[in-house]
Amino acid sequence: MTATVEQTGTAGSPYALTHLDVLESEAVHIMREVAGEFERPVLLFSGGKDSIVMLHLAVKAFWPAAVPFPLLHVDTGHNFPEVLDFRDRTVAEHGLRLHVASVQEYIDAGRLRERPDGTRNPLQTLPLTEAIQRHRFDAVFGGGRRDEEKARAKERVFSLRDEFSQWDPRRQRPELWSLYNGRHAPGEHVRVFPLSNWTELDVWQYIARERIPLPSIYFAHEREVFRRAGMWLTPGEWGGPGDGERVETRRVRYRTVGDMSCTGAVDSDAADLDAVIAEIAASRLTERGATRADDKLSEAAMEDRKREGYF
Amino acid sequence: MTTTTSTAIVPGQLSATTLLRFATAGSVDDGKSTLVGRLLHDSKSVLADQLEAVERVSRTRGQDGPDLALLTDGLRAEREQGITIDVAYRYFATPRRRFILADTPGHVQYTRNMVTGASTAQLAVVLVDARNGVVEQTRRHAAVAALLRVPHVVLAVNKMDLVDYAEPDFAAIAEEFTGYAASLGVPEVTAIPISALAGDNVVEPSAHMDWYGGPTVLEHLETVRVGHDLAGPAQPAGSAPGPARFPVQYVIRPQSAEHPDYRGYAGQIASGLLRVGESVTVLPSGRTTTISAIDALGEPVEAAWAPQSVTLRLADDLDVSRGDLIAPTASAPAVTQDVLATVCHLHERPLTVGERVLLRHGTRTVKAIVKELPYRIDLSQGLAHHSAPVALEVNDIGAVRLRTAEPLPLDSYADSRQTGSFLLIDPADGTTLTAGMAGEAFAQRAGGPVAAPDGWDF
Repeated sequence: MTATVEQTGTAGSPYALTHLDVLESEAVHIMREVAGEFERPVLLFSGGKDSIVMLHLAVKAFWPAAVPFPLLHVDTGHNFPEVLDFRDRTVAEHGLRLHVASVQEYIDAGRLRERPDGTRNPLQTLPLTEAIQRHRFDAVFGGGRRDEEKARAKERVFSLRDEFSQWDPRRQRPELWSLYNGRHAPGEHVRVFPLSNWTELDVWQYIARERIPLPSIYFAHEREVFRRAGMWLTPGEWGGPGDGERVETRRVRYRTVGDMSCTGAVDSDAADLDAVIAEIAASRLTERGATRADDKLSEAAMEDRKREGYF
Repeated sequence: MTTTTSTAIVPGQLSATTLLRFATAGSVDDGKSTLVGRLLHDSKSVLADQLEAVERVSRTRGQDGPDLALLTDGLRAEREQGITIDVAYRYFATPRRRFILADTPGHVQYTRNMVTGASTAQLAVVLVDARNGVVEQTRRHAAVAALLRVPHVVLAVNKMDLVDYAEPDFAAIAEEFTGYAASLGVPEVTAIPISALAGDNVVEPSAHMDWYGGPTVLEHLETVRVGHDLAGPAQPAGSAPGPARFPVQYVIRPQSAEHPDYRGYAGQIASGLLRVGESVTVLPSGRTTTISAIDALGEPVEAAWAPQSVTLRLADDLDVSRGDLIAPTASAPAVTQDVLATVCHLHERPLTVGERVLLRHGTRTVKAIVKELPYRIDLSQGLAHHSAPVALEVNDIGAVRLRTAEPLPLDSYADSRQTGSFLLIDPADGTTLTAGMAGEAFAQRAGGPVAAPDGWDF
């Protein structure tokens, strides 16, 4: 993709780049810094749109060479089958290596216990941390964006984690200019967020510009759903619907894809990218507010989970 | 299950929106959080669930309306202490531009956060309370903006409603601030009278200040000219690009059947413009060659410019690796092992003479030793210079003389914010200690070094 030169009067310099060009260049710069500074990076890949965009950026950053790091997916055991399919096909297409850390295996082995509400997102921390230690990954790319949530707004691009994967906001290093400091002690690792400065709309606009394929559940489709905690959830083995919860068929799509137990669909007719972009531009709810039950647990929910080593 | 591929998008939807990074600075009660909240709220960037959360918290605190300051009040640790402890980044957009706001706190002890926020900013908004005018903190904020060479400075004179929207109050403050900023070398100040609380001149033009004919804060943010540092902060945006600088990040060698001999140098152009066929020098080795191709993330191009990430291919098979700098032969920087720089010390552990550190410049990290601390600048006392301080403490601004173990192609920060800047890092634990800017502190210093009023520590 070549940069688009901005020619309009108000933009000033004829060398001004569009915001997508600038964000893309910044993300590529961050990924190349990691490839240059770290021994064993890994990219968290769920088959969700943010991780798909990260992988697309990685492919461009190292072209015509192969992406110089493997992928890691923390599978809650309640992932959408369409998304797992997509994940496997993408990995095969690019000839990548995928590591899977399975929450189900931890539950089966008695090392994690199912929560009463059936939500498995909080259970991902241990399998993730142990996978990082087992493979001695020293840099872990995550798709987190600062626009998602207030605690994320203060997260660094290079975020130091201790051997328990914990995040300490007071130990954060100041980040100046485009100088990223990735030095860490043995056993520690650095979480790296190349999409820090992107918004949900930027991600969608970039997907449209680059024509990046996505799992089908991001677009409007008929689906059996039931109402819980103000969200449309998909019935399934994970534990829904419960008593008194009525299943109905609605036209919906997903704005985020995560664990089925806590990722809600939104009513939508947006069947293609144009329609999705128009819908997001007009949306009155944030992505997480609309679709993530786990962030509603408490006002400081995300801050607490980050401290404990969540993404 | 099928995969949905994108359909073509109509060009209008991806209109060429540019990006502006800006920072805000204000004293504790100047209403900065309210201004930021107002910008987000009135540009319709605050969504219903965020506003609902703010209203809920405001109610539990017994406030009548939503406290827009809460929108920018991130971590629980901060909410408990009622302060902002760090730089928070905010995102909003209008049809004309996308904005990244570095929201930095105004406390004296957090100079480092302001320095951090200003380091990437193309514009800084300095807030003052119309009732108090230019105070010590305001001078400090102006000095940080000048020090970091933020290309555009906006003075937002807030709480105009509390001085009856009176023009003379505004004019006096604007004149005093502009004069001070000019003495620091700030080329241009845009002064705007506002009331963040009432919404005057933030997004909507004020109905109470007919005497003001300039833009609102948002109009100015939407239209200010930015060239992504291409021209360098000292030159007007849109003029001829400054010398090109290309720090090599990574060597791309696929060694695949399809690309058996491909050897490309990946990096982000830090400043200027590079062309195929241009004669370039690789530093610090000093060897020269020619750019044979530029790959812009998979597509060949004839020219590329800052801040694009590209891959360069060179005509000759030189030994080029991460940490090297590629620059046009005609305008290559000199290399040096002796660095005189202005720094902001960022860490609680003080910086002292004789200390061994790592110096991170571009993509290169070298060993260095602190040879001398010539002076510390007191931002609160008219830039008084305290000679030869014992140490630089956290939030101190001062001069440092360093000797590096290897030669560095260091530009003056005044010429290039990207390749004139560096970090000092603790070699023991990797802590980022100090932010450095090569060369003198201010474009045009207000007088030479002077003794501080209480200056017995010379």
